[in-house]
This record gives sequence, structure tokens and C-alpha cells, in this order.
Amino acid sequence: MLEILKQSSNPEICKPLVEAVIEKAKEFQQKFGRRPAFMEVCGSHTMSLARTGVKQCLKDEVNLISGPGCPVCVTDQRSIDAMIALAEGENRIICTFGDMMRVPGSNKTLLDSKIAGKDIRVLYSPVEAIKIAEENPDKEVIFLGVGFETTIPILTLMVGEAEKRSIGNFSIWMTTKLVEPVLRYLLDAGEVNLDGFLLPGHVSIVLGENSYKYLVDEYHISGVITGFETAELLFGIYKSIELALTGQAAIINNHPSIVTKTGNQVIHQWMDKYLTECDEAWRGIGVIPNSGLDLKPEYSQFNAKKRFTVEVGEPRKTKCRCGEVIRGLISPNECSLFGKACHPMNPVGPCMVSAEGSCAAYYQYMRESF
Amino acid sequence: MEKFISLAHGDGGELSHRLIRDVFINAFGDGNEAMFDAASVIISNSKIAVTTDSFVIKPIFFPGGSIGKLAVAGTVNDLAVSGAKPVYLTCGFIIEEGFPVADLRQIVLDMANEARKTGVVIVAGDTKVVERGSADGVYINTTGIGVYQPNMGCSLEFEEGDAIIVSGTIGDHGIAVLTARGELGITVPINSDCASLNTMLDEVLQHSKGVRIMRDPTRGGLATTLVEIAEDFNITMKINEIDVPVKGEVHGVCDLLGFDPLYLANEGKAIIVVAENERNKVIDILREFPEGENAVVIGTIIGKEKGQLLLETPLGSKRILNRLSGTMFPRIC
Amino acid sequence: MCVGVPAKVVKKNEYSAIVDVMGSQTTVGIIFVPDVNIGDYVIVHAGQAMSIVDETYAKQSVEEWRKLVDARNSEAIK
Repeated sequence: MLEILKQSSNPEICKPLVEAVIEKAKEFQQKFGRRPAFMEVCGSHTMSLARTGVKQCLKDEVNLISGPGCPVCVTDQRSIDAMIALAEGENRIICTFGDMMRVPGSNKTLLDSKIAGKDIRVLYSPVEAIKIAEENPDKEVIFLGVGFETTIPILTLMVGEAEKRSIGNFSIWMTTKLVEPVLRYLLDAGEVNLDGFLLPGHVSIVLGENSYKYLVDEYHISGVITGFETAELLFGIYKSIELALTGQAAIINNHPSIVTKTGNQVIHQWMDKYLTECDEAWRGIGVIPNSGLDLKPEYSQFNAKKRFTVEVGEPRKTKCRCGEVIRGLISPNECSLFGKACHPMNPVGPCMVSAEGSCAAYYQYMRESF
Repeated sequence: MEKFISLAHGDGGELSHRLIRDVFINAFGDGNEAMFDAASVIISNSKIAVTTDSFVIKPIFFPGGSIGKLAVAGTVNDLAVSGAKPVYLTCGFIIEEGFPVADLRQIVLDMANEARKTGVVIVAGDTKVVERGSADGVYINTTGIGVYQPNMGCSLEFEEGDAIIVSGTIGDHGIAVLTARGELGITVPINSDCASLNTMLDEVLQHSKGVRIMRDPTRGGLATTLVEIAEDFNITMKINEIDVPVKGEVHGVCDLLGFDPLYLANEGKAIIVVAENERNKVIDILREFPEGENAVVIGTIIGKEKGQLLLETPLGSKRILNRLSGTMFPRIC
Repeated sequence: MCVGVPAKVVKKNEYSAIVDVMGSQTTVGIIFVPDVNIGDYVIVHAGQAMSIVDETYAKQSVEEWRKLVDARNSEAIK
């Protein structure tokens, strides 16, 4: 099995695949007089495409546009400020994924607060937070619950565990995001012209292939569920061009080894038990109805938003164009701050700090020579 | 001897005397150098190299080493990559009240062993004790003195085509120490690469006149050190992703946590830039040593106009590598 | 969106399993993949196994890539 998995980064397969994609893309260009354009919905795709060099190799032939799939980047400034303000309270332990630590708030970052003495802990496995709550009964332990469909179920596991162990000093600050509502928003807005989507391989573990039918039925646009390794990315793009050439809209599951038709049903049960849809504010977009998940009212005791109030002012205005980057309207280097006022050591917007943010990916991996 | 260090061990009185006698002199020896407030040493009439480094590490004992071994090897390596032969070392200890004396003994023993192995003599030392909570266990500073040998060293003159060599797998120390903290629940069957490289690098310099520069890629990792060389000497360096040696286990942890091995710390590796026609000779020499058995060429100098580091991906595309920007946190995205 | 890593299950408990990633081992939750067996590969995200990797499909994907690559190679020879 390991040998099979390794093939996805085997240069003997990947290099000719690049040529195959380029050839297909040229065929598209001859037919339509322009490059095919696809949006990679997922931030991890953005990062993988850049890191493996796929984007660089295809840059003249295929227009790959980064989408709204980096959970940190799409979180609006007010929510980020709220999470940072939350950490200011006394007697609290804030637990978070590492991704959040350096995200710029209007005034500071969580890392700044940690340096200033606040108890902020980076966890790899969120369930650890329950243990921390148990070990610190006199403190409030709050987990910053950001994430898309892959990460959200893990938040429900935490609630389940806290419930089972009757832990009263644990809660989650839910700021989750869903893929379908934002894709619908982008398609309804019609700001970007796309020949299809590269759909996120890991989110699709949860959602399943069938969940994307609306793309075809309602919007007549294709989607190819794609993995994250070099060959998977290339083949996903190849399939996307092939579909675009036929003019047919379809969903192709290009990652069937981990993505099923209906998604992981055990995960669905967990999500259905604990969560309910809620409105969420997206950076650069505003509130999209029912675009996130919150804890059901019967689990309010674990809902940090119900238990703590934080006051945040009007977010600081910057020239940061993360909002437009997220919507696929501009590429990072079109922002006047990019690489000058805004770089990984001094990020102005979240897209430059999150490892999978479009700007960070562009800064770290796409600059061939400056 | 008491079981734990107390503030009295640092006040210069009887307990201090006993600590120094029983723990330090016992291990380091009571050489003639140490009879006075300052050590007197003889250095042949040559240019000397001086370097100082402080060591703070958690955990203090880790797979493949300890803060003691590290404190000697780290400073020895700084001298060795500068082309100097390490001869003397001084050490300063800051110890937290309550630190177990048995641990201190072990640390000091590790220092003595590493010093003996590398041929350096520890000639002066100092200990201070701070209140519980004012330090985390023990911190060590070492200062090293090395001697440049005539007609031997790095030219610091680069040519297009020069080979970039790394003396073995990267990231072993970073991952071994990170996982040894036990916070991540990851077990990795590898040791830190913590080792003194002076004998191996001396052998390289003895036999090759083509060495341009040597550096040890410690904090910030391989990429950060190469960026520094590229910028300092205004050369364009290119390394091939596929040729950079990384252990599978290190790869595995990096995949799980979203780390990049190019930015992980090493404590027993050297980067050597060498003239193209000497590269095989240098590789052969390195491979004769256990610390250099996985030595390999990872790239070349491709230009002298722009100070930058490029990475060629397996697909053949190139991208710029920057210094490590801030601490790496485990991430989900 | 989400880092996911294939890992091999080497020991299975009720709600957790020890997995191996290229020689390093860690404990992951397996609540979402109750049918997992020792020897299976799972995709790990944030300490949880999210999906079992289906070997047949994984093999099929590689074959598809190879087919495309081989077709091009044979064309090049012609």
C-alpha cells in the first residue's frame, strides 16, 4: 500500500502528467481562445499546488484561481478581534490550532497576548483541551473552533467528551464555515469566470461525492474532487480540462480511495447530533445565511459565545485586499501591500499568515526570482 | 552531597565549594589552568577564533544527547566550521533552585565526555543559582577558543558550479527534541544528531584546498543558513528538493504537523560549499565518519549577481526560499 | 482547508489507535472509522482518523495515471 501511495509524488509519473495537462490545456486554448480557468476551493490545494511546483509549471497554460477555502483567511476581522479579546479575560486558558496564533487582529495577535503572559496553548489534537480543562478546574478552558467540514466534526467529539465526563469549565468559540454556501455565493455573484472547481479532497471525506450535485443541476458547472499530492493535483486538473472541453457539466470523484458517494456517515451522525446551521460573516463578503454551524441550544453550556461576552470595536481599516483574494477576484501580487508592507514576518491580512493562505503560498512558493 | 541545588550552592561559601569540588572538578579535572581567578593558557603564535553560545533546551535530556553534550558540541562546531581547531572551552551555569544534583552530575559528565572526545579542555567555569521559577532547570553558556592553522581554511571565494554539500539527514534534532517533550503524543525512533564535527571537518580541510565555506545549520535549519550564505556573499544558490536527505520518520512528523524539514534545527550537520572538482573527494572524506555517512551534494552555485536561495522541485520548477519566519506551530490547514 | 496524512494502523483500541507515519508513531481517535482494522491506512486530520484508504481505488488511480503517461509515451515513439 505504501508503494501505491508513494506513486503520487513519483517524478516519473508526475513529469509526463505535467506535459499531458499542458497538451490538454493547449487543446482548450485552440478551441476557446483562452486559458481554462479553475478555482481550487481548498486552501490546502493552494499550498500544495504552489509547494509542489504544479502551479508554476502550468502558469502559462492553466489559470488556477485560489478560492475561499482557508478557514483563517475567510474569518472576518471582527470575529478575529473577538477571539483575541476573549483571550484577554482573566482566569482563562485559550486553546487553539497553531494556525490562529499569528493572525493579525486590529491591534494585536494571539501570539502577542501569549507573550504578554496570557495562557494560550497550541494544540495539535483538539481533544487535548478536555484534558486541560480537567486538570485546571478553577480555569475556563475555551477552544477556538475555526474550520471547514473536515475540522468541524472534531469539535463535536470534544463536546461529546466534555458531556460524558461532565466537564463544566470547557467551551468552544464556534466560528466554522461551510463549503456549499460560499460556492453558491461566488456563483450567484458571478464575479469570476470559471470552467470548473477543483473540489477539496479532505472536506469531501465528510461531504461525499453526491453532495456537489447542485453545482451541475443548478449552475451547470463541473467539479473534480481532487487529492493533494502532485499526481493527484495534475490528474484533477487534467480531468477538469477534459470536462471543460466537452462542455458537459459533471462531478468527478478523482479521489475515490478516501471519498465515498455519500460521505462518512458516522461523522454525519455526530454533526447532526450537536450542530445546527447558523449565519456566518465572511471576510470581504459579509454575512452569508446558514453558512456555518453552531452548537444546538441544548449544548449551550459548551458554547463560549453564550457564556462569555467580548466587546470589540470597529475593525481597523487597512489597504489589505484579502477579501478580494478570497473571492478569486485578484491574485495576491495585485494587492499594493503584497511583499512590501505585507509579508510573512509582518502580515497585514490573514491570507499572508495562514500557512495555506493564498498570499503566503504566493510569497513562499511562487516567486521564482525577485 | 545534597540531593537538590539550593540558593546556598551559589553564595560562594562552603556549599559552593563542595559543589564545584564534587561535581565539576570531579568531571572536568583540576588542571593547572584553574588555580587562579582566571585560567592561564598557552596558545601558539597564531590567529585565534573565539565564539560564545548559550544553551537552553527543553527537555534537558533528549534522545541522542543532553544540554551538556550540546553545550560542548555546539560551540566546538561553531569553531570547526570557521576553520579553527577548537582547543579551550569555558562554561557558565545558571541553575534553578531545586534542580536535582544527580541531573547536574550527568550533564557535567556529558560535557566532560564530549570535551574529551573532541580534544578540547574546559579551563574555566562559573555557577550561579537563581530562585525557583526564575529559570527553567539549567542554562549553560560556553565560550570556545580555537586556533587557525596555517594554510588551511575556507577561501570565501565562490565560483559558479561550486557544489553545496550537506553532511547528512536534516531535521533530526528538531524532531527528536520536539517529540521528546511529550506534548504532541508522537513517538519517533530517532535520535538528535547532536555531535561534534571538528575531527571530520579538520580532515576535510587537511585534504581539500577547494573549500569555500562551512556552516552548521542549527536553529532556522538548512534553508535559513543557506539564505544567509547566499545573501552575505551575494551568490545564487540552487538546491534540489529531491536530493535533500530527510529521514522517513522526520518526514512523517512534518506531514502530521505541517512542518517543513528545511527549517528544522540540526546540531550535528555541516554545510560545505566546495569547488566542483573537489566535491567527490570531500564527499568521500565525510563518508568515512559516522557523522558524515549520509553526506551528499544537494545543489550548486548558479550565479554571482543576486544573493538568493532557490529550490528546484521534483517537477523542475524553481522557487525562492526565505529565512524561517517566526516559530513553527503545528497546524491543521 | 485541511491537512490530512495517510497513516497505517498498527494497534487498535476501542476509541483510539496507534498509527505509523513513515516510522513515527502517534495515537489517533478512531470514533469516525469504527470499522478500521490493523494494517489499514487512514487519513489523519487534527488527531482523528477521518477515512479509511481503499486500496483497490488507490491502485486504480495510479493505474489511470500510468495509462495516461504510457499512452503519451507510445505516441511519442510513433
